[in-house]
Amino acid sequence: MTMIFGVPMAVFMGQLTLGLVNGAFYALLSLGLAVIFGLLKIVNFAHGAQYMLGAFAALLGFRYLGINYWLALVLVPLVIGGLGMLVERFLLRRIAHLDHLYGLLLTFGLALIFEGTLVNLFGVSGARYATPEVLQGGLNLGFMFLPTYRAWVLVAALAMCLFTWFMIERTRLGAYLRAGTENSQLMQAFGVNVPLLITLTYGFGVGLAAFAGVLAAPLYPVSPTMGSSLLIVVFAVVVIGGMGSILGAILTGLGMGVIEGLTKVYYPEAANTVIFLVMILVLMLRPAGLFGKEA
Amino acid sequence: MTLIKKTLTASIAMAAAVSMSAHAEISDNEVRIGYLADMSGTYRDLAGPGGLTALEMAIADFGGSVNGSPIVVFSADDRNSADVGANTVREWIDQRNVDMVAGLVASSVTIAVTKVLEENNSLGLVSGSAASSVTNEHCTPNHIHWVYDTYPLANGTAKAVVEQGGDSWFLLTADYAFGHALEADVTSVVEASGGEILGNVRHPFPTSDFSSYILQAQGSGAKIVGLANAGADTVNAITTASQFGLTQSGQQLAGLLIFLNDVHALGLEATQNLLLTTGWYWDMDEQSREWSERYFEEVGRMPTMVQAGIYSSTMHYLKAVEAAGTDNPETVRAQMAEEPINDFFARNGRIREDGRMVHDMYLAQVKTPEESTGEWDLYEILSTIPAEEAYRPLSESQCKLVQN
Repeated sequence: MTMIFGVPMAVFMGQLTLGLVNGAFYALLSLGLAVIFGLLKIVNFAHGAQYMLGAFAALLGFRYLGINYWLALVLVPLVIGGLGMLVERFLLRRIAHLDHLYGLLLTFGLALIFEGTLVNLFGVSGARYATPEVLQGGLNLGFMFLPTYRAWVLVAALAMCLFTWFMIERTRLGAYLRAGTENSQLMQAFGVNVPLLITLTYGFGVGLAAFAGVLAAPLYPVSPTMGSSLLIVVFAVVVIGGMGSILGAILTGLGMGVIEGLTKVYYPEAANTVIFLVMILVLMLRPAGLFGKEA
Repeated sequence: MTLIKKTLTASIAMAAAVSMSAHAEISDNEVRIGYLADMSGTYRDLAGPGGLTALEMAIADFGGSVNGSPIVVFSADDRNSADVGANTVREWIDQRNVDMVAGLVASSVTIAVTKVLEENNSLGLVSGSAASSVTNEHCTPNHIHWVYDTYPLANGTAKAVVEQGGDSWFLLTADYAFGHALEADVTSVVEASGGEILGNVRHPFPTSDFSSYILQAQGSGAKIVGLANAGADTVNAITTASQFGLTQSGQQLAGLLIFLNDVHALGLEATQNLLLTTGWYWDMDEQSREWSERYFEEVGRMPTMVQAGIYSSTMHYLKAVEAAGTDNPETVRAQMAEEPINDFFARNGRIREDGRMVHDMYLAQVKTPEESTGEWDLYEILSTIPAEEAYRPLSESQCKLVQN
């Protein structure tokens, strides 16, 4: 059997594939963070909780309202995104003129409240969300058995990433957004409703997190703490990619998923820390991140 | 002169008696218990707030006071951090004169806390921890380990699995004190029973994505994939294994530490027929059922063995304080060791000199969805592992309190 760095080719390819699947999650989540930070300059520490809320909304929607997976994939991001807009309109806007640190503290506090409430209601053991029937089973790739659902996650997450990138970088709406963050007074003079744009953008970023949450629901037990461990990693991904860079967040997310996946084979003990090592390295060599513009 | 001498002798005797009785009294006129556990993380549901309720039930059943001194409870969340746990207990002892610490879940926290207890000559009743090292190389005269440990888990489950033909193993180990202890105990049991360990991987604690490790386990060709982890990690690993068709491809899972709440969360579809070793099960007999129904009224969930053990150990402690007439840790510990333990939780229980409370353990199997008659009807008890066989024999002990 062909060996790559002392590991059979098949195992290596398998880990690479799984790394890409995890990377797609990182990409989707860090993309939401990057959009919010890039356009609103808010460090959204509630992102992990909003991802968790997405998964919970899918679970509870199915349990009590009979909403199926496909419908949840559309509805949940809208509902949680709407919740995000309320947060922006009534809380974040009040502190928009203050230092970024206040936004960080506010969103962190919100995350703790969301998590704590759900822990009290549902405990931490988590509940299972059934994989939709069409996506059950697996694909035999020759070198590994890939569950169909994971293949779908990869496709869906990447499609959503590309859609977001296109929206912001290639459409008129995206141009307004970028211009609005550059010089909001001038934009308002042109008759563009900048505060509304900001609310919508925050809602969109939160919707992305909720979308990732629904995608994750059939993979991991749905539990109130599922977002908090992920959040720190995702922040590291954003820092590595460069704060506020959309494309950077996507590519770095995928790359970090792969690096983490390979660490799980070669030195599993370091799997949780490898991303932070990369972060330190990047900060030393390129303080603005791999894709960030030097300040 | 004789009169003076007599008076003097009498007063000295009296002073001595007074000081002795002062020594034998209950400090601060209160029995102060600190409950330290994971209240919000991975291990919340197996101990957590439910364990605190069990502790409070024991105190209420005891009458709320010992020889007229009220029982006071403090509680704190250790957040599964050894530092947080040790600092909390140090503060409890220094500033609040806490007499006994109960709960104690993650083994890493427990080992740190028992060092603090030993330095301050206090007392701890460990109910949640799994590492057998807690009463082996990390034993102290200041703590007792109550519910279970990794030795009977390996001895019960691994032995039964090897006997059923599962003789080649791959281990998924949680990378901290508990996982290492379980890995060591399982390895020795599997090898002693004629099986072999083909490989293992140590994953960080906690881990949410097990896909990579499951893939490695599939590649190992082992018949049995042993899960030397606990709580949410085990739940995640079992879920992922079923997504990757691990059992369909002919491999079998062996959960080495499975709690009732894990099986409840995973559902019987995913866990049916899983073999496991437990220190107690709520539906074991009339006595267990009766206590569990009362607990259910309070909490709305059936108790895990840890939560039941917290009640049992606290009750035994309070009885010992009452019998000894003091909350002095050495006296109480000696008194606790003197009395055998037979309650709704422990059968044939006794406390050994290394601080291990040995009692009967049980090999159980998870029921199939068809066999189960209710939400919490989850286990069938297959056999009893007698107390004296279940735990690591003292002759193999490395504990400094055991003369070998």
